[in-house]
Amino acid sequence: MTYYPKITPLGDRSILIDFGEKISDETLDKVLFYKQKLENEKFKQKVEVINTYNSLLISYMFTIEDVYSEFLRLKDLLSKANIPKKTNYRIFHVPVCYHEEFGLDLEHISKKKNLSINRIIELHTAPIYQVYFIGFLPGFLYLGGLDSRLQISRKETPRRSVEKGSVGIGENQTGIYPKKSPGGWQILGRSPLQLFDKNEDPPCLFSAGDKIKFVSVSREDYDRIEQEVNEGNYQLKFENHHG
Amino acid sequence: MVKIKVLQPGLFSSIQDLGRFGYQKFGVPHSGVMDRYAMRICNMILGNPQETAVMEITMQGPELKFLASAYICICGADMSPKVNSAIIPQNKIIKIQPGDILNFGNLKKGFRAYLGVRGGFTTKEILGSKSWYEGLTDEFRLKKGMLLEYDHRNFEDADTYSALKIERNYLESKNIEAYPGPEFELLSSNQKEELFNTDFTIDQSSNRMAVQFKQEFTNDLEPIITAPVVPGTIQLTPSGKLIALMRDCQTTGGYPRVLQLSEKGIETIAQKQPGEYIRFLKKEYPEF
Repeated sequence: MTYYPKITPLGDRSILIDFGEKISDETLDKVLFYKQKLENEKFKQKVEVINTYNSLLISYMFTIEDVYSEFLRLKDLLSKANIPKKTNYRIFHVPVCYHEEFGLDLEHISKKKNLSINRIIELHTAPIYQVYFIGFLPGFLYLGGLDSRLQISRKETPRRSVEKGSVGIGENQTGIYPKKSPGGWQILGRSPLQLFDKNEDPPCLFSAGDKIKFVSVSREDYDRIEQEVNEGNYQLKFENHHG
Repeated sequence: MVKIKVLQPGLFSSIQDLGRFGYQKFGVPHSGVMDRYAMRICNMILGNPQETAVMEITMQGPELKFLASAYICICGADMSPKVNSAIIPQNKIIKIQPGDILNFGNLKKGFRAYLGVRGGFTTKEILGSKSWYEGLTDEFRLKKGMLLEYDHRNFEDADTYSALKIERNYLESKNIEAYPGPEFELLSSNQKEELFNTDFTIDQSSNRMAVQFKQEFTNDLEPIITAPVVPGTIQLTPSGKLIALMRDCQTTGGYPRVLQLSEKGIETIAQKQPGEYIRFLKKEYPEF
């Protein structure tokens, strides 16, 4: 029988903690709780902690000298579980323009899922999405919370180039392309936000654990927001949620 | 003005240090030198701090003109380095005069060489590192006509580091140290055996992101929930190909992680050419 959380080395410079649970907000709360605990710990060398749906990875700058004592310490740290439930949080608004000029696959989704375009936009802007983690590309958010009525398979032939900011759906995931790149997701709109900026620190607009909501904006508002973003004058909007 | 002019870029060279640290959580790859051992030796010989940026040279070296004096050192692969057409030794400090031309001849051993300069290359730091990475830094590979700057401080006569014992066997070793990966236990006993008993040939498509192998491998594993990966993680794709992730790899992945290279395993595989074969040598983690 496997005991969770399972702590194992991953090569000579990282330690993996596997919580063994399925994708859920509860698992994420637990993972992020321990992530923060680890970030507050003192280590002998520079470390960095990342999370995914159900794992934490501690990366060390150099080879770990005494793996055994690191293990004991992590075991001890992970045994003290009293995970508080987050009840108050902010929901960030991500403006998305679902105009036909940007929503290249809206027609296709509409036919395939037998939903009107307005209904698609309604279903896509209704949920509060959870930022599980960032991976794949710098600034690419793994979001949870897509309405199952919008689940749709990826394009049979991926596009060679998808514009930066494009908002798409692939199977049960939705997300935003942080930069122009090849991609196979069904595209329903575009966000004028700059998700990743290498000249900013932190370079990414969002972090694991943030909650976001897509807000439909007109074609004119898209241009206005894009200009404000480019000029560095755009203020990210959010609402407070009290549980 | 302390500069090096790139007369010919060679196959693929880039400036690298120990990589980016602290930005994986935003999906930024680690980057940094493929062979940390050769870089460390290079900086030790030069008397540089160990994280000092060096030039990583792949397979075929560039031609460089020094516009000022410098102390340089070349470590890692043997690419027959020459100054003004005369062969120079590796792993030694070489004094360069203004106007000297450094170039490279035949690749004799290994695949990646490191050119260090006393004081270090001073290319722009992005997110805490000087390592070049496409899309993140202004440049990602050496180009003809490019000017590179290096730090001119610390320029008193250098001591030679003669007592240093340098390991060179790994450049030619076919054995790549690998630990069982997180999904190793999902493999059948036949598959496990096959992993360690097969000669894997390095594919032409290999680069700083991943080393790929020609051989197909039987695979009936399901994809996993997207999970952390690091340089050295060996993934098994649905089509049965093994992919060894390297320094420029993504931070997460959805393929089963069947093996994990040790640091020495990464350094050894980084020195293998396409067409060469390797074997994975099983290494176990200590029992806890």
